[in-house]
Amino acid sequence: MSPFTTLLLRDVKLAARSGGSAALALSFFALVATLVPLGVGADLQLLARVAGGVLWVGAVLAALLSLDRLFQGDYEDGSLDLIALSPLPLELTALAKISAHWLSTGLPLTLLSPLLALMFNLSPTPTLVLFFSLLIGTPAVSAIGAIGASLTLSLKRGGLILPLLILPLLSPAVIFGAGAVSATMDGLGGQSALELLAAFSAAAVLLSPFAAAASVRLNLAG
Amino acid sequence: MNFDMSPYGAYIWPAYGISALTLGGYTLWSWIRWRRAKAKLAALELKK
Amino acid sequence: MNWLFRYANPHEFMRLSGAVLPFTVAATAIAFAVGLYLGFSVPPDYQQGTTVTLMFIHVPADIMAELVYCAMAVCSVLSLVWRHPLSDTAARAAAPLGAIFTALAIVTGALWGKPMWGAYWAWDPRLTSFLLLLFLYFGYMALWNAIEDETRAARAAAILALVGLADIPIIKFSVDWWNTLHQGESIMSGKIAPVYLTPLLIMMFAYMLLFSTLWMVRIRTAILERRATAIMQRGAQ
Repeated sequence: MSPFTTLLLRDVKLAARSGGSAALALSFFALVATLVPLGVGADLQLLARVAGGVLWVGAVLAALLSLDRLFQGDYEDGSLDLIALSPLPLELTALAKISAHWLSTGLPLTLLSPLLALMFNLSPTPTLVLFFSLLIGTPAVSAIGAIGASLTLSLKRGGLILPLLILPLLSPAVIFGAGAVSATMDGLGGQSALELLAAFSAAAVLLSPFAAAASVRLNLAG
Repeated sequence: MNFDMSPYGAYIWPAYGISALTLGGYTLWSWIRWRRAKAKLAALELKK
Repeated sequence: MNWLFRYANPHEFMRLSGAVLPFTVAATAIAFAVGLYLGFSVPPDYQQGTTVTLMFIHVPADIMAELVYCAMAVCSVLSLVWRHPLSDTAARAAAPLGAIFTALAIVTGALWGKPMWGAYWAWDPRLTSFLLLLFLYFGYMALWNAIEDETRAARAAAILALVGLADIPIIKFSVDWWNTLHQGESIMSGKIAPVYLTPLLIMMFAYMLLFSTLWMVRIRTAILERRATAIMQRGAQ
C-alpha cells in the first residue's frame, strides 16, 4: 500500500470510530435540519423553498466541526513532523487528509441529505439535485477547510477562528449548491449551477493542497 | 454649493457623517498611536 | 525589483516617508476640499435625485476596499516569495484601513439603497460581495492576532491573503450569478453623466491619498513600536 493510501485509511478509521468526527458531523447535520423547522414553523411550502439553502449551510457547518483536528492530532503527538519527513510530498499528505476528511464527513453528510430533505418536504427531483450538489461540493469544503486547519495549526484554540477564515471562502459552494436546488424548483434546471460547482470543487481540490502544505511547513519550521 | 438634499437628506447626511467620523476618527487614532510610539521610543532611548 | 528593496530598509523607509508625508497630507486635504465642494455643487440626477451625491463617498470607498486588498496581496507575495522585510508590516497595516473602506462602502450603499429600492439591505450583489470581503478582512486581522510568533503570523496571514485573492473573483462571480437567479436589484447600473465625473474622480483621488497617508503613518508607527520592543527585550536580557 502506498504511503498515500496508508495515511488516508488511517485517518478515515480514526474518524469513523464511535464518538469520532463522522458521527459528530451527521448528528449536527440532523440537528440543524430539526431545529430550523422548529424555528421557522412547519409551513411545508416554505420549508421546501428553503431546503436547499438550509441543508447546504447545515452540511458546511457540520463538516467544519472536525476541521480543526485535521492536522492537530498529528501535530500534537509529533507524527506530523515524521510525516513531513517521509518521502511522500507534503502536498500529497494534505490531499490524503482532505480525501479522508471528505470520506468521513462530506460523503456521509451527502448520503444522509435525502432523508433530511424529506423532512423539508422537498420533491424528488430537487432532492436528487441536492444530493449531487453535496456530492460535488463537499470536497471543496474539505479542501478549503484544510487550508484553514493548517493555518491555525499551532493555535490552541484555533477552532474559534477557523470558521471565520474559511466560511467566506466557501460562499461560492453554498451559492452554487443551494442555487442548483432553487433553479431546479423554479424550472430552470440545476445543470449550469452544478457545472459551476464542479469547476469550483475541482479547482479547490487541486490547489488547496499547495496552500495547506505551505502552511504546515510554516508551522513545523518554527 | 447646494445643501438642500430633500427629500433624501435623512440618508445623505448620515452617510457623509459616518464616513467623516470613521475616516476622521481613524486618522486621529493613527496620529495618536504615532505620537505614543514616538514618545515611548524616545523615553527608552534616553534610559539606555 | 532592486528599487523596491532599496526601501526595504526601515531607515530608508522612515526617511522617505517622512519627507513625503507633509505633501500627501496637504494633497489629501486639498483633494477632499475641492471634491466635496464640487460634489455638493452638482445638479440632482433626473433618475436618482439628490441621492447621486452619495456616489461621491460610496464609489471611492468601494474602489479602495478592493484596492487595499490588492495592496495587501502584493505585500503578501513580496513577503512570501522575496522575503521583503517591510512587506509584512505593510500588509498588516493596510488591513484595518481596507476593512474600514469596506464597511463604509456597505453602509453608504445601504443608505443609498433605502431611498432607491425601499430597503436598507436588498441583497444587491455588489454589497453582498463587499460583506463577504469584510469577513475576509476580519479573518486576516484575526489570524495576525491569534498567532503569537510574529514571523509565523506574517507568513500565515500572507498565505491567507493570497488564497482570499484567488477566491475574490469567484465570490463576486457567484454572487452575481446568484443575483440573476433571484432577480435582485443593483445600484449604479449604467454610465455616469460627465457632470458627475469630475467630483467623483477628485474624491477617488482624495480617498487614495488618504489611504496612502494613513498607510505610511501606520507603517512608521509599527517600525517605531518594533524598535521599542527590541530595546526592551535587550534590556530584559
